[in-house]
Amino acid sequence: MATTTQTTSAHHGDHGHAAHGPELQHHFETPAQQKEAATLGMWAFLVTEVMLFGGIFLAYAVYRWAFPDVWAEAAHHLNTPLGTVNTVVLLVSSLTVALAVNAAEHGRRTRLLQLLGVTLVLGVAFLGIKAFEYSEKFAHCAGYKTPIAWATGGELLGEQECLVPGRAFAFPAEHGAATEEHASTNKTPHQLFYLLYFIATGLHAVHMLIGLTIVSILTFLAWRGFFTPTYFTPVEIGGLYWHLIDVVWVFLFPLFYLVH
Amino acid sequence: MATTALPGRGYLEDDTPTVWSWVKAWLLTVDHKRIAILYLLSINFFFLLGGLAATVVRIELVTPQGDLLSSDLYNRAFTLHGIIMVFFFLIPVIPAVLGNFLVPLMIGARDLAFPRLNLLSWYLYMAGGIFALSAAVFGGVDTGWTFYTPFSSTYANSNVILTIAGAFIMGFSSIATGLNFIVTIHTMRAPGMTWFRLPLFIWASYATSLIIVLATPVVGITLLLLAIERLWGVGIFDPALGGDPVLFQHLFWFYSHPAVYIMILPGFGVISELIATFSRRRIFGYEFIAFSSMAIALLGFLVWGHHMFVSSQSVYAGLVFSFITMLVAIPSAIKVFNWTATLYKGSISYRTPMLYALGFIGLFVIGGLTGIFLGVVAIDIHVTDTYFVVAHFHYVMVGGTIMAYLGGLHFWWPKMTGRMYNEVWGGISALVIFVGFNMTFFPQFVLGYLGMPRRYHVYPQEFQVLHVLSSSGATVLAIGFIVPIIYLMFSLWKGKPAGNNPWEATGLEWQVSSPPPTHNFTRIPVVTSEAYAFPPEAAERDAASWRPGSPL
Repeated sequence: MATTTQTTSAHHGDHGHAAHGPELQHHFETPAQQKEAATLGMWAFLVTEVMLFGGIFLAYAVYRWAFPDVWAEAAHHLNTPLGTVNTVVLLVSSLTVALAVNAAEHGRRTRLLQLLGVTLVLGVAFLGIKAFEYSEKFAHCAGYKTPIAWATGGELLGEQECLVPGRAFAFPAEHGAATEEHASTNKTPHQLFYLLYFIATGLHAVHMLIGLTIVSILTFLAWRGFFTPTYFTPVEIGGLYWHLIDVVWVFLFPLFYLVH
Repeated sequence: MATTALPGRGYLEDDTPTVWSWVKAWLLTVDHKRIAILYLLSINFFFLLGGLAATVVRIELVTPQGDLLSSDLYNRAFTLHGIIMVFFFLIPVIPAVLGNFLVPLMIGARDLAFPRLNLLSWYLYMAGGIFALSAAVFGGVDTGWTFYTPFSSTYANSNVILTIAGAFIMGFSSIATGLNFIVTIHTMRAPGMTWFRLPLFIWASYATSLIIVLATPVVGITLLLLAIERLWGVGIFDPALGGDPVLFQHLFWFYSHPAVYIMILPGFGVISELIATFSRRRIFGYEFIAFSSMAIALLGFLVWGHHMFVSSQSVYAGLVFSFITMLVAIPSAIKVFNWTATLYKGSISYRTPMLYALGFIGLFVIGGLTGIFLGVVAIDIHVTDTYFVVAHFHYVMVGGTIMAYLGGLHFWWPKMTGRMYNEVWGGISALVIFVGFNMTFFPQFVLGYLGMPRRYHVYPQEFQVLHVLSSSGATVLAIGFIVPIIYLMFSLWKGKPAGNNPWEATGLEWQVSSPPPTHNFTRIPVVTSEAYAFPPEAAERDAASWRPGSPL
């Protein structure tokens, strides 16, 4: 039945942490137990994230079922090329994170730092492209063709278009949805598509910011030489979180950009 | 960890030189037992606030006219009562107070897997509570605790955003606790503590944690969508803008139905412990009780539609939800039958915790059976939004969860504080609560069946007798809740020292000193026997040595 037991008194008697590394917390018996707890904890947390996004996916499914034509029409007005570029950027960042975990496992500090750095750059690039896509929509609402034109007072947008949900929402009429009016207003379900788009991608962007913070901390710790081949759990579970953000995007991209 | 107390010293003892360092030692503690005490104080504070709101509601209902409160103020009073009791008392109470204290002790661990996350969960709870209370201070909220759209979106002029921010933040506190329990139970059991040697309270906490982790994020996103709709006037739940208000109900009940199992499942766990200990018998059908918790957790996710029989749900969906709702009765009944079978030929002692446990069984049977009534579509349509529903869920939540919480609190009070409470006063207040509870809520079944709608502050003359009966019962119930506060506090100074195991219970938590040392176990125990391993002849021996007046 029973195996060895460890007494706390011995544990605390010599406090030099001779038997184990300094990273083992006092309420755990072995480093393996601590690692198992951390990994399971992150997986359980990822489940909560899936359920969180699940609510948005449910709303998406309900309204797409209710308004299939509107959905197909509305998706044309998202910037698919930029979305595609962003998908590639994010998938590559997932690869670099996976390689970073591998580098940490083998104790290659320089490679770990390089890979985490590349991940950071890719993550920031994703958010930059996303911000450009958002600002394009806001620029249209303000009546300009591009965000740069909006900032510099340049070229105006010919037709009335505002795809940001709210009172000013106006979906252009050329695709034949609301022919009796110049443009569909926020009274039409077109707004729901963009509302869900902004909420889903916005929540995803918030998670990207959290992910970037985590990767920054990991980079700092790696720079300080915190990780060893026997202890790199933070890199591993931080990587798990990053992969989850990628997976969410892998679903968001086809659902919003590619439904025709 | 430079400033930890000596590991063998009781967790309540301090050697802090100044008041400030004493405050820090409590507010920055990562000890699961101290966090449980922080939760105990704050959750009971919210319970009293919620009780105050209920008092106002019951006083208003003494007369048929609306003479104490305007209709608008009445809406705010019952909403405050519902929100505080559901989100800030019933959902966290047993996991956060008893669970936090007991889960590591019962499985032979030194702490929960993530002690700092545990402390964070208490701060999130307090932050959520402050949001909800500030909403009440700035004029309250009038939507009912369910926040149904369009009450909460188009037609509310009260502090909806502040309140749902409170519920949203509180949700993260629940998630932190649930996640901690799952990981702790999986990875930190003592050597020999196999899954089928776990106390049933652990099984119940585990099932509860699964529900918390799976369901709470959904209400989080739902409340977020509601806040977005309200702040920017974009119509995700507004039919005028293409949205669907029933979608809100689906998303809300997908969390809030499992949430009632978050409230009652830990209560089942507590009752299993109490029944076994005070019958001095191995629990009957251990595996069935354990798996029935898991079955309830699973089925709980498939029945949310029974809250929406009259909300334009399709008839066929209603039938399916009705059928699955009936299925929940099976694991619930398995528990009740196994408890009664455990009592059979047991050496039963009517100590205060046992009085609560027996009260629980009776009240839960009534609450559960009326739940089956409500699961039948035809009856449900007749009594939808009447006092019948109010009586039903109070039987399950007050008669179930609060009875279990009080029973558990009395049972583990000697372990938590090292002192015994006054048994006479304990027994009296348990009986007062039982009587007061039935007086308050049984008339409401009748009221509801006769057609008294819920959430109304005026009513026809003929309902007055039953309403007065209910309100006077609430007075008795209030006395029953106040008396334990007095004698439990008194016991901290004057109570008899409890000793390690005042109830001669099994379980690892009874093998350490009372109050337990900071690190729980100086030597991690090795478990070699099943839970509730009372010797088979324990009951006979007790019966032979029984004298009039002997408690055990």
